[in-house]
Amino acid sequence: MLMFLGRRIIATIPVLLVVALIVFMMTRFAPGDPATAIVGDDASAANLHRVRSNLGLNDSLPIQFGRWGWQLLQGSLGESFFLKKQVSELIGQRIEPTLALTCLTLIMTIMIAVPLGIIAAWRHGGWLDRMLMGFSALGFSVPAFVIGYMLIWLFALRWQLFPVQGYSRISDGLGPWLSHLVLPATTLSIIYVALIARVTRAAVAEAMTEDYIRTARAKGISETRVLVRHALANAAIPIVTVIGIGVALLIGGVVVTESVFAIPGLGSLTVDAVLSRDFPLIQGITLFFSVVYVVVNLLVDISYLVLDPRIRY
Amino acid sequence: MADEISLSPDIAVEQLAPSRRRSLFRRVIANWSVSLGGGVLCMLVLTTMIAPWLGTIDPTAIDPSSGNLLPGTRGDFNNLSGEVISNHWFLMGTDSLGRDIWSRALYGARVSITVGIAVALLALVLGMFVGLTAGYFRRIDSVAMRLMDGVMAIPGILFAVSLVALFGGTLVTVIVAIAVPEIPRVARLVRSVVLSIREEPYVEAAIALDTPTWKILLRHILPNAIAPLIIQGTYVCASAILVEAILSFLGVGLPAEMATWGNIMAEGRSQFNQYPHNVLFPGVFLALTVLSVNVMGDGLRDTLDPKFNKRGN
Repeated sequence: MLMFLGRRIIATIPVLLVVALIVFMMTRFAPGDPATAIVGDDASAANLHRVRSNLGLNDSLPIQFGRWGWQLLQGSLGESFFLKKQVSELIGQRIEPTLALTCLTLIMTIMIAVPLGIIAAWRHGGWLDRMLMGFSALGFSVPAFVIGYMLIWLFALRWQLFPVQGYSRISDGLGPWLSHLVLPATTLSIIYVALIARVTRAAVAEAMTEDYIRTARAKGISETRVLVRHALANAAIPIVTVIGIGVALLIGGVVVTESVFAIPGLGSLTVDAVLSRDFPLIQGITLFFSVVYVVVNLLVDISYLVLDPRIRY
Repeated sequence: MADEISLSPDIAVEQLAPSRRRSLFRRVIANWSVSLGGGVLCMLVLTTMIAPWLGTIDPTAIDPSSGNLLPGTRGDFNNLSGEVISNHWFLMGTDSLGRDIWSRALYGARVSITVGIAVALLALVLGMFVGLTAGYFRRIDSVAMRLMDGVMAIPGILFAVSLVALFGGTLVTVIVAIAVPEIPRVARLVRSVVLSIREEPYVEAAIALDTPTWKILLRHILPNAIAPLIIQGTYVCASAILVEAILSFLGVGLPAEMATWGNIMAEGRSQFNQYPHNVLFPGVFLALTVLSVNVMGDGLRDTLDPKFNKRGN
C-alpha cells in the first residue's frame, strides 16, 4: 500500500517536470522582451543590459530553467511584473472564492449527475434517459458564459432572487455567501453534470448487464439496493475517473464563470494577468492549476484502492 | 487479442470493397443524427457564404447615431461623416457603436467555422504524427507520451489563453493555441490503434517484404485509425469553436473589431442589463453550431465505430 503510494507520487514527477518545462518555454519563446517591458522602449542599451542581467536573461536557457526550477522547489513562483507582489501571495489572496465556487459546483454536480445517470441507466431508453442524453448534448454545446448571462437575466434581473454579480466572503455570513454562489455554481456545473451523468449512465448500464445483478434480483433484495450496492458500486471507477479528468473542464470554466459573475478569484486573476501580459503571474497560475489537476488525478488513482477491493498493489 | 480476429468492427473504411464502402456511406447518411447535424451545418455554411446578399452591411462599419438599436428597428445607417449610406433593417439590433448585429453574426460564422475546421485538421495531423511514431518506435514512445501527459495536465483553456496572450491574437496563433492542447488525446488514440495493429500478421508480412516504414505506417496501419479519427475530429471541431468564442469573450482572442461571435458578446456584456440581445443572439448562433457538430459526431460514432457505441459513452 505504501509502496503503491510512493510509486504513484514518483510517477507524477516527470509529468510535473514536463509541465514546468512547457510553461517555461512558452514565456521564453514569446516575442517581446520582459526587460524592455520594464525599462521602456527608449531606455539606453547599458540600462537594458543591466535589467537583463538582473533578471538573469543573459544566461543560457538550461541555466535559466534550472534557476527557475530551483526557485519553484523552494516554493517561490516569482514576482508579478505589474502588481509587484509574490505570485504565491497573489494566488493566496484570490483562492477563497475559487475554492468555494469549485467545491460547491463539485458537490452540486455529483448530487445531481450521479442519481440522474443511475435512473437513466435503470430505465434505459425511457423518457428520462432520452431527456438526459438530449440535455447532455446541449450541456456540451452551450458555452458557460451564455448560460451565465441567461441565468443572470432570469433569476437576478427579472425575478431578483439572487444578486447579479460579485462575491461575499464566507466570514461575512453564510447566507450572502451562498446566495452569491448559487448562480455561478449552477453555470459552472451544467457542462460537468452533462459529462458525469453521461458516464454514470454508461457505466451503470454496463454493470446492469452482468450476471451478479440477476443474482442480486433473484435473491429478492430491493431494486434500490440492487442499483446502489451492486450496479453503482461496480460502476464507481469510471465515474470517479471522469470526475478527476473533468477537473480540467472545471478549471477552464472557472476562468469564464468568474469573469461573467465578477468574482474576484483565481479565474479573474488569470484574465487580468493575461490582459496585462504579466508573464510571471501567467506562469505561476498555469503551474498552480496544472499541479492541482495532477494532484486531483493522483487522489482519484488512490481512491481506486478503496472503490475496488480487487485492486491490491 | 487473438491474431485471427483481424476483422475488428472498426476495420479500415479504405480496405472495404467498393460496394461495402457505398453501403457504409449510405448508412452514415441515413443516420438521423448525422443528417440533422450535418444539414444544419450545411445551411450555416451556405448562409455565411451568401451573407452579402442577405441584407447585411459591412460588419465592421461604425455608426454612433444608430447605437443600441433594438432588434427589428428600421433606420438609416450613416458613415462617420454623417452621410446616409443605406436605409437598413436592423434585424438583430446594433451594439453600442452602431454595428449591425445580424451582419456581424453572419460574418462571425465564417471565423468560427474556419477556426473549427483548421483546429481539427491541425490537431489531427500533429496528433497522428506523434501517435504513429510513438506507437511504432518503442524508443520514442515513453518520451513522447510523457510529453503528451504534461500537455494534458495543463487545462486546455488556460493553455490557449496563455499562448494567445504571449504570442498575440492573430488567426494563426488562435488556431495553434487551441489545437495544441487537443494533440495528446489524438496521439493517444492513434497510438493505441498502432499498438494493437503492429502485431498483426499482415504488418509482419509487410516488414518481411522490406516495405519502407513510412509505407507500413501510412498504408497498413493508419487506415485502421481513420474512423475513430473522424469521430474525434468532429468533437475537436466543436470544442474549438467554443474555445475560440471564449477567448474572444475574455478579450484575449482575435482583435476586438473583427466580427466573431465571442467579440460581439464581449462588446455586449457591459450593457447586458439593458440590451441583452447583443449577448443572446450570437450565443444562440454559437450554441446551435456547436450542438449540430456534436450531434453529427454522435451519429458518426454510432455508425462508424460500433465498438465505441456498445460502450455507450
